[in-house]
Amino acid sequence: MRRDSTRLLETDDSPLLNERDGTNSGSSRSGICKTSPPLTKGGIQGGYVLLGLLVVLGLLIFPESLSAQETRSVSDRLIRTLSLQDYNTRIVLMGTCLLGISGGVVGTFMLLRKRSLVGDVVGHASLPGIGIAYLVMEMMEPGSGKSLPGLMTGAFVSGLAGALCTLAIKHYTRIKDDAALAIVLSIFFGVGVALFTIVQRMSTGNAAGLHQFVFGKTSSLLADDVKLFAVLAVAVIAVTIFLFKEMTILAFDQEFAHAQGWPVLLLDSLLMGLIVLVTVIGLQSVGLLLVVALPVIPAASARFWTDDLKRMAWISAGIGGVSAVAGVVLSATFPLLSTGPMIVLSGAALFTVSLFFGKQRGVVTRLRRLRQSRIRHGRLDLLRACFEHLEQNLPEGMHLHSEQMTERMLTLNSLLSRRSWKPARVESLLSRAVRDGLLLREGEAGYRLTDEGATQAVRAARNHRMWELFLIRYAEIAPSHVDRDADMIEHVLSPEVLEELETALGQQYPHLRVPDSPHMI
Amino acid sequence: MRNRLKAGFEMFSEFLELAADWNFRDTWMAATAALAAMACAIPGTFLVLRRQSLMGDALSHTSLLGIIGAILFANALRVSGWIDTETYIATRHAVMFVGAMAIGVFSAFMTEWIQKLGRVEASAALGVVFTSLFALGLLLVRSAPSGLHIDPDCVFYGTIETTAISVKGEPPAPAITNGIMLLVNLTLVVLFAKELKISTFDTELSTTMGINARVMHYGLMAVTAATLVAAFESVGNILVIALLIVPAATAHLLTDRYGRLIGIALVVSALSAFLGHLMAITLPAIIFPRLGFETVRDASTAGMMAGTCGMLFLLAVLFSPRHGIFSQFVQRVRLSVKIAGDDLLGLLYRIEEVDMEERQVGAMDLVRKHLGLGWMMSRLAVASLSRNQQIVSDPSGYHLTDIGRESARKLVRSHRLWEAYMAKHFQLPDTHLHETAARVEHYLNPDIRSQLEDELDTPGADPHGRDIPDERHPEGE
Repeated sequence: MRRDSTRLLETDDSPLLNERDGTNSGSSRSGICKTSPPLTKGGIQGGYVLLGLLVVLGLLIFPESLSAQETRSVSDRLIRTLSLQDYNTRIVLMGTCLLGISGGVVGTFMLLRKRSLVGDVVGHASLPGIGIAYLVMEMMEPGSGKSLPGLMTGAFVSGLAGALCTLAIKHYTRIKDDAALAIVLSIFFGVGVALFTIVQRMSTGNAAGLHQFVFGKTSSLLADDVKLFAVLAVAVIAVTIFLFKEMTILAFDQEFAHAQGWPVLLLDSLLMGLIVLVTVIGLQSVGLLLVVALPVIPAASARFWTDDLKRMAWISAGIGGVSAVAGVVLSATFPLLSTGPMIVLSGAALFTVSLFFGKQRGVVTRLRRLRQSRIRHGRLDLLRACFEHLEQNLPEGMHLHSEQMTERMLTLNSLLSRRSWKPARVESLLSRAVRDGLLLREGEAGYRLTDEGATQAVRAARNHRMWELFLIRYAEIAPSHVDRDADMIEHVLSPEVLEELETALGQQYPHLRVPDSPHMI
Repeated sequence: MRNRLKAGFEMFSEFLELAADWNFRDTWMAATAALAAMACAIPGTFLVLRRQSLMGDALSHTSLLGIIGAILFANALRVSGWIDTETYIATRHAVMFVGAMAIGVFSAFMTEWIQKLGRVEASAALGVVFTSLFALGLLLVRSAPSGLHIDPDCVFYGTIETTAISVKGEPPAPAITNGIMLLVNLTLVVLFAKELKISTFDTELSTTMGINARVMHYGLMAVTAATLVAAFESVGNILVIALLIVPAATAHLLTDRYGRLIGIALVVSALSAFLGHLMAITLPAIIFPRLGFETVRDASTAGMMAGTCGMLFLLAVLFSPRHGIFSQFVQRVRLSVKIAGDDLLGLLYRIEEVDMEERQVGAMDLVRKHLGLGWMMSRLAVASLSRNQQIVSDPSGYHLTDIGRESARKLVRSHRLWEAYMAKHFQLPDTHLHETAARVEHYLNPDIRSQLEDELDTPGADPHGRDIPDERHPEGE
């Protein structure tokens, strides 16, 4: 019974862990796998992904001359971008797409671990690293300050330091999670800004090249840089695929993972490392102010479509990739629109679509489910009211039979007094019931139950009273109080539960016979 | 060594020289920054207490859209002839505030809406909303007509260096704006003191008392957004988060009292502004020429302010009297030393008991062997006992003084009473009594001891058969 009644309450945390098999990881490693059906597909799927990525990489490495970007009209530019005529566009598109995919994949786990905004901290916290890396490189060899790998290393180190600082603040002080994030983010960013002004005032340096880390500047990316991103993004995706099962366990049940002997701390740090890596790769395309959108938006959107983690990761990767590509294409078409914000806004558009039309948890889907159940409940309420009205007009001690039920007339007013409901509602319920063939309209005189309607009415009343009796006997609730409680549960009593109820009550009610109401109606 | 000292001294004198250059202009800049920081600290305190710091982060990002949108809207009105240029210029600031407040409330609303409607986890909902709105704002900044004087750098890094300059001794405009904002916030805090307090600490209670927690929430969001806009011009829209959250968090580490919290946050923020500016004009000029960058003389005041906030926060994390890591460490060490000292006293007492003739113990290693103390801890314990004149040492070992014997007796009494109590009320084998009693003996006060004695009908001996000493030293002995 409890099983059934909990199904009623729409669970917030629907089980995502439908499939527990490891994707690519040696599936004999954990005891969990034994409980799930063997699914060899997972490994093959992961292999396909890797293969696809390798093909993309191969495309990227194809050298081709840079063609001049002298196109004029919007449509020309759109066509050029979409047909991948420019080597540079093609590369940027591929690189950004891979970036979006990796963000989506890693973001899935960050969302489930409720650490979505760690990316924001990492993004902002990478600024001082960039400044320091620039200064150090300038000190060692003037003029070499803008080497991208060096700057990215700096960004990675200080981003990671920022993430660790939030954990340390949370662990060692009374400051809460949210404040820790805000503190680290703003202080690191402040130090970074101070360092940038210093860089600007250096005789050799100008911070112009560094500012693209703040706002992102995909269009000015060089092919070599993008190749570096692409390699890193592929690495992130590959690591996630290989450790999918481990990450899943980590995301859902850390204690269990620990008890099973998984290196939880190592996995956690690895996940943190992955998110830092994604953020750092994303800095140049999206800019550190917006880079948090890369992991957050796709994952949050994907959550609306499915309850299955593996599918969610795929969808999230898809949304990430699509929004990245859309952003790049749009900003290549309309040069006024910068890429980073366009990627984010494309993602936001997809999020909005998912929010409303997502198959599993989308608003429309949920509203439709809600509507259906309300219609069902309304119908049952109406039928029960019909039954109770007919039953009350019988002489004392007699039981209502379905033949009698179909003969008698019901009026709107008689039904109105049964429950506290508005006339408009009763009318709409009545007309719906007539349409469904449960009631017959007899002109002005009122309504009559059909055979089908009578059967359902008896069942509705029976369910209600069974539950009332159960409440009175086992929950020791006063008979005057059970009506409302039963009202909430009667619509979801399944035949099996009713059977159990009958056994529990110890009275075998004859089929289709309704027990007397335990209270005044 | 000498050289290093000399270099340190040189750096310090350089610092003094640079600091001596502090002039009227610097004072105004620091004062402006301080006013901005103090204005932010007030809503920040509530954000930290309500665990909505990230909302502040989000608002500071999204109000960019509010500002830009409002200006573009006003500009569109001007261009289309609805308002004339003078009104446009006059109302520009007010329009900016309204726009930012509207977007602030809107983003708070959107976050809540997505969170409820879509059942998205709170931080993810926030992430989606603020990145999208911020991206929109960025696009608008980029595509805004150049005649509108919207400079992205100004928005992100603040322009305190150029705007906070006083003309003819009058306070600069940003100082006035932030000052007004500070006054407004202070007034609001005083006016709504009760409502804010109750709705912050107990939402249910505030609802039953007729204070609408949602209204309070959105009101706080609107005020935060307005404060952020006022501070933007000076410190930029990311650094403003530091001013909003860090002083409040620092104060949260320093005090547990609600009233003091705001006061300390205000002090911390003012301090960080002045120190930050001082650092900005001195530190780079001291450090960077030595690294080979001759041209670097100063750094962004706003950035350094955030850095100083961070330093103050770190100091609070380490040395806060009650919650500081260092202070807690010291407290723990002191407690351990006290317990070790107690154990030593107990040991000496028991030795005296067994062999009244020979009132001495071997040296330190015996103590350590018996009590299982480390080198450091045993030394600290002995030092603390000696200082309190509870033990004296001579070449043969440690001896209890009369004072020491008094305290030792009470300890041993506590220990044995507890053992007797445990033996009576819990079904434990005798061998299990000692450990618990050894832990509890340090915390029993005379009251509990006399209660235990009554409970046990004044027992003479503990379960192991040893005498339980009297509370007071028997007369005449």
